[in-house]
Amino acid sequence: PAFGLFLFTIARDPLRIIILIAGAFFWLVSLLLSSLIWFIAVKASDPQDERLQKGLLIFGVMFSVLLQEAFRFLYYKLLRKAIEGLVALSEDGCSPISIQQMAYVAGLGFGLMSGAFSMINLLADALGPGTVGIHGDSQLYFLTSAFMTMVLIFLHTFWGILFFHGCEHRRWWEIAAVVIMHLTVSGSSFCNPLYVGSLVPSYLLMAASATWAYLLSGGSAQNLQRFLLCKC
Amino acid sequence: MITFMNNSDSEEEPCNERTSLMSAESPPVPSYQDGLQASEAGEAQAHRKRRAGSNRGPNNITGGETSGSGVPVRERALENEEEELTLKYGAKHVIMLFVPVTLCMIVVVATIKSVRFYTEKNGQLIYTPFSEDTPSVGQRLLNSVLNTIIMISVIIVMTVFLVLLYKYRCYKFIHGWLILSSLMLLFLFTYIYLGEVLKTYNVAMDYPTLFIVIWNFGAVGMICIHWKGPLQLQQAYLIMISALMALVFIKYLPEWSAWVILGAISIYDLMAVLCPKGPLRMLVETAQERNEPIFPALIYSSAMMWTVGMAKPDTAARGTSQQTWDAAEDGREHLRSPSHAESQMSETRSPVPTRPVTALEELEEEERGVKLGLGDFIFYSVLVGKAAATASGDWNTTLACFVAILIGLCLTLLLLAVFKKALPALPISITFGLIFYFSTDNLVRPFMDTLASHQLYI
Repeated sequence: PAFGLFLFTIARDPLRIIILIAGAFFWLVSLLLSSLIWFIAVKASDPQDERLQKGLLIFGVMFSVLLQEAFRFLYYKLLRKAIEGLVALSEDGCSPISIQQMAYVAGLGFGLMSGAFSMINLLADALGPGTVGIHGDSQLYFLTSAFMTMVLIFLHTFWGILFFHGCEHRRWWEIAAVVIMHLTVSGSSFCNPLYVGSLVPSYLLMAASATWAYLLSGGSAQNLQRFLLCKC
Repeated sequence: MITFMNNSDSEEEPCNERTSLMSAESPPVPSYQDGLQASEAGEAQAHRKRRAGSNRGPNNITGGETSGSGVPVRERALENEEEELTLKYGAKHVIMLFVPVTLCMIVVVATIKSVRFYTEKNGQLIYTPFSEDTPSVGQRLLNSVLNTIIMISVIIVMTVFLVLLYKYRCYKFIHGWLILSSLMLLFLFTYIYLGEVLKTYNVAMDYPTLFIVIWNFGAVGMICIHWKGPLQLQQAYLIMISALMALVFIKYLPEWSAWVILGAISIYDLMAVLCPKGPLRMLVETAQERNEPIFPALIYSSAMMWTVGMAKPDTAARGTSQQTWDAAEDGREHLRSPSHAESQMSETRSPVPTRPVTALEELEEEERGVKLGLGDFIFYSVLVGKAAATASGDWNTTLACFVAILIGLCLTLLLLAVFKKALPALPISITFGLIFYFSTDNLVRPFMDTLASHQLYI
């Protein structure tokens, strides 16, 4: 689905592609920094202590989430500057791309990159021979991973919209809500392999973010009805 | 495979030389600029006939020929509009470059992942005589540094040689050399590549069929690259030969040497293009002074001028050097990827110097494109291919390098738009790529692996 989103909405406009790739780049840099921190922490600690390792892992995940949001903020700043530049350069005084579109594209960029990093090795291994969950792990590993990745990609997209909207209108509570949601989703993934604990809340949160983002972008129930009933 | 290596050596010589030269002469920005300015001017005054001239005017005062006089004035008036259009077209041109670079990388990565041949170590090139099979780390490092020094000096020598040849107008020699090397690439490497792919997928093919296929492929390729042909076909051929060249490099360069060479070549590129005495820069300047196109088949151009109605055969020739030279002339504006000047400077530019009036009619149609040297393609693909081949985190690392290179390309094009002169395309992208490769491989991979094993998501 994310790839479909890409094809339909982004592939037409070159500017959006650039913003998408730049968004992916920012996510990558945040991942890099967070894994650097985690790596240092792991190296500095005792590799035999299981609990400590798990604790460090949790710490790493949380830190990574915070860093991702920080980079989202940085990316927002960069895009603000870019919009000003584009407006100054354009002929009729308005930029060819609005901040909401940028928010959507940036969120999608983040999401695609995070999804790609989560899934791609799995996919490569899935092509090869093997049995899922042979060591007593869940047999639904691939399926749940796929669903989790998809929900995460969508969440990133919606969070992008919410986040940028919050930054635009200086509503700090929106930004805080995004951060808290992100932490919750990552935290819920700690319940794995008890998938009920992680997938269900994530999907619920995604539905909530989706409606919130939709409302923020100017949609409403009437629009939705009109769109679904008559395609004009 | 002594003969193969020799062939590849000679093959590589021209390639290296060309690419290095091209780097010098093909500042990526100029062509881009030219295109932009030309298009902007055109947009501003669609009915104006002096478009080409005016575009060139302000930028290339020395090179301005026919339309130089009246143009500068109008130029200045247009400059603001051109500036505005610059960024607007910027995104489009960036995408026009993203697509071929991505395609090339995809081809290389797909081949590396599937065909075993290119990851086996079957010997080394004559350019990298020192082996890396040494027991100690220090020795290995030393060997790779020595390999790099040899390779870079070979490239420098080739570049200087080509520049001298160009200066002293030994065109026939240069053309013959280019034709020979592209012949070798198209036929020999394709034959080997096809053989390996067929072996991997266990498909049998008899010799007559193979002969016909390769003959057609090679012949059409030669015509497309060196003479006329549809733009997309030419672009496809250039992408394919870049991919083939990159695969050869990946196979025959030892591990550490490859990384050190990548680093060294981006530094070399930076110096060769930006230093006043750099060979590539001299090549571009000479080309501009003489109003001649840069060598064909060394540059990838994203747009061509459709001077179909024109009587001038030069302008009609696409990839050929004539075009490139014209483009080069059109100015420093053509800052097309310095790494390989081959890119044909906007062909539109070419006709402009000679026949501003007639050329302009055709100019309406065409799109200014950006030119990127083929060497850039090759080295980007080498980086990504090596990441795919040797990284243990496999796809994550490859993906990270891919994004890094694209962002580097974006930044380079942005700088091109800002500076309006030839810029090297290699340094920024390769630096980002190297940083991301090493950090992803060593830092991110354990993190992601641990996360995946616990099925945690960040």
